[in-house]
Amino acid sequence: MNLDAILAQTMLGLSQGVFYAMLSLGLAIIFGLLNVINFAHGALYMLGAFVALIGYSYIGPWLGYPDFQMGFWWALFVAPLVVGCFGMLMERFMLRRLYQFDHIYGLLLTFGVALVLQGVLSNYFNISGTAYPATPEMLNGIVNLGFMYFPKYRLFAIVLSIIVCFATWFMIERTSLGAVLRAGQENPKLVEAFGINVPRMVTLTFGFGVALAALAGVLAAPIYSVSPLMGADLIITVFAVVVIGGMGSILGAIVTGLTLGLVQGLTQALYPPAANTVIFFIMVIVLLIRPAGLFGKADG
Amino acid sequence: MNKSLVTAVCAAGVAAFGSTALAADGATNGSVKIGVLSDMSGVYKAIEGPGAVIAAEMAVEDFGGSVLGEEIEIVSADHQNKADVASSIARRWIDRDKVDMLVGMDNSAVGLAVQGLASGKDTITMNTGAGSVELTESQCSKYGIHYVYDTYALPVGTATAMVENGGKSWFFITADYAFGHSLRDNTSRVVKEMGGEVMGSVEAPLSTTDFSSYLLQASSSGADVIGLANAGGDTVNSIKQANSFGIVQRGQKLAGMLVFLTDVKALGLDTAKGLQFTTAFYWDRNEESRKWSQRFFEKHGAMPTMVQAGVYSAVMHYLEAIKASGSDAAAPVRKQLGEMELNDFFVQNGKIEANGLMSHDMYLAKVKTPEESESDWDLLDIVSTIPAADAYIPISESACSLVKQ
Repeated sequence: MNLDAILAQTMLGLSQGVFYAMLSLGLAIIFGLLNVINFAHGALYMLGAFVALIGYSYIGPWLGYPDFQMGFWWALFVAPLVVGCFGMLMERFMLRRLYQFDHIYGLLLTFGVALVLQGVLSNYFNISGTAYPATPEMLNGIVNLGFMYFPKYRLFAIVLSIIVCFATWFMIERTSLGAVLRAGQENPKLVEAFGINVPRMVTLTFGFGVALAALAGVLAAPIYSVSPLMGADLIITVFAVVVIGGMGSILGAIVTGLTLGLVQGLTQALYPPAANTVIFFIMVIVLLIRPAGLFGKADG
Repeated sequence: MNKSLVTAVCAAGVAAFGSTALAADGATNGSVKIGVLSDMSGVYKAIEGPGAVIAAEMAVEDFGGSVLGEEIEIVSADHQNKADVASSIARRWIDRDKVDMLVGMDNSAVGLAVQGLASGKDTITMNTGAGSVELTESQCSKYGIHYVYDTYALPVGTATAMVENGGKSWFFITADYAFGHSLRDNTSRVVKEMGGEVMGSVEAPLSTTDFSSYLLQASSSGADVIGLANAGGDTVNSIKQANSFGIVQRGQKLAGMLVFLTDVKALGLDTAKGLQFTTAFYWDRNEESRKWSQRFFEKHGAMPTMVQAGVYSAVMHYLEAIKASGSDAAAPVRKQLGEMELNDFFVQNGKIEANGLMSHDMYLAKVKTPEESESDWDLLDIVSTIPAADAYIPISESACSLVKQ
């Protein structure tokens, strides 16, 4: 393999890695602060893509304004908002009842929610996917990077995702808001004594984690087809990413997501049959050597 | 608290898996029963699924609802793409519910398992959804019929047309399982017979979401044609991504080996325009097919795929065979089916061979440009007809043991 080919595969790996990073970041926030293993994360990512699609192609006629279309830029805000609210309702009325039980109950509930969402949407939408037709004109086309032709849109998605990931990391690890969030997880009683409404904070945090998934969904819509199964295809890999990075580690999720995207990209070029298994192979090795994950704390 | 949790989880579970409970209950001996066994909730749902049940019901309705004085009944179930689930449903249907014929089975693993089981129990299967040639070759069976398409027929039209138009060198992106390999090998055979060359192949795991790496390898091979030996979501994603990387615009051609109408719909005409592939059916091919498809559309909300149209045709001919033979037992009906010439809006010059292969004309289709398309479902042009004799393995060359007897 020559240098150009390696650079090209690196770019492709990166464009997969940013989705892993965004999704595992949301999962890590939710697990880190709420101790919930959110199996609905993939379905909520799918829901984000569907909000964008429905907002563009269907909502106008449904409401009786056939000309109304929610464009891509609006979708970037509206979809995370809508799906985030959905997530908050889910936390408030379902998950909250399960905090006192073992993790497995939250996992089962969210898994059930994921199946219901997939089932309902696959009743109404093409299971092989529907094209998202509203990619902005300025992001269409390809750029010549010297070593390869790369779609402009993917470049945009990479840049935006990395900005969002690091802004999130900064907010949680470096601001006083983030400090309160982390304290709320360590000792909710004490934080409540400071006059902070911890249950509401938990709801908002869950909503934020879910909104990240929805944003990833909107970003994915123009690249892949919008399909009810798009989240199910991805979620297992993303969980492996979270496990490798260390459950609940924010930076771990971002760095591991990007790195594993790169590893997968190179595997696709060097030995394709292993492309889907390489991440799980790494997971096994990491679990054997560092059971808490690469960035996790051993006290778990 | 604990109780409400259990209720919530159960409710979610029931909603998700409820479709499996659609299977038949109650057994009436005095009726002809047809079982539609399909993927009702997974990747092949849009291709066959609930639409196939509608098609089967339409056939029964058009036939008059009864045959030989017995009422015709349709039962359906979700095989979830699992051969073991499919087998246990089929076993229950045949043993307990006295189902006379099974149709659907849109997955080669399911198809092979059910066909073997049903034939052992003297029950006819009419496979409309799966592609593997094994159904009528090495694993052929006495009562197994393969109705719509197979992995031998698919490349014939597509690969021939591509090579004739200058696509001499090929590189494959192959779905890494039996179906993909068989499709690639059969396509390679056609390409080589036509004097073309196969430059290589890359095996992508099933349900890959990002094909860009494989596309890049295919693109840098310099081949004229990138052959997509995959199906469903894999085909859709690879075509879409090839477009976004400008591979088609820079002169390489894509050839989809198995493309369904729903895939074209998923891609949109802008992305799919110009794509050529082989199909057994297109709703807008002639007056007859338009008329039937319009009726189907009104019930289903989407135009029929070749598989769904095939279900109607299979059920219809099965019922005609019962009527003609005067019995619903497998042996006389199968014999009658073998003697009929099949002609309707779906099939022309169809004949069910001794190995169970329904050999019939296929079509080379080309996706329209957005400018050419006049309505939502105006998606394809039929470029040419591939005569049955060219499309399918000649019965004289069949590896099926039933033929050699």
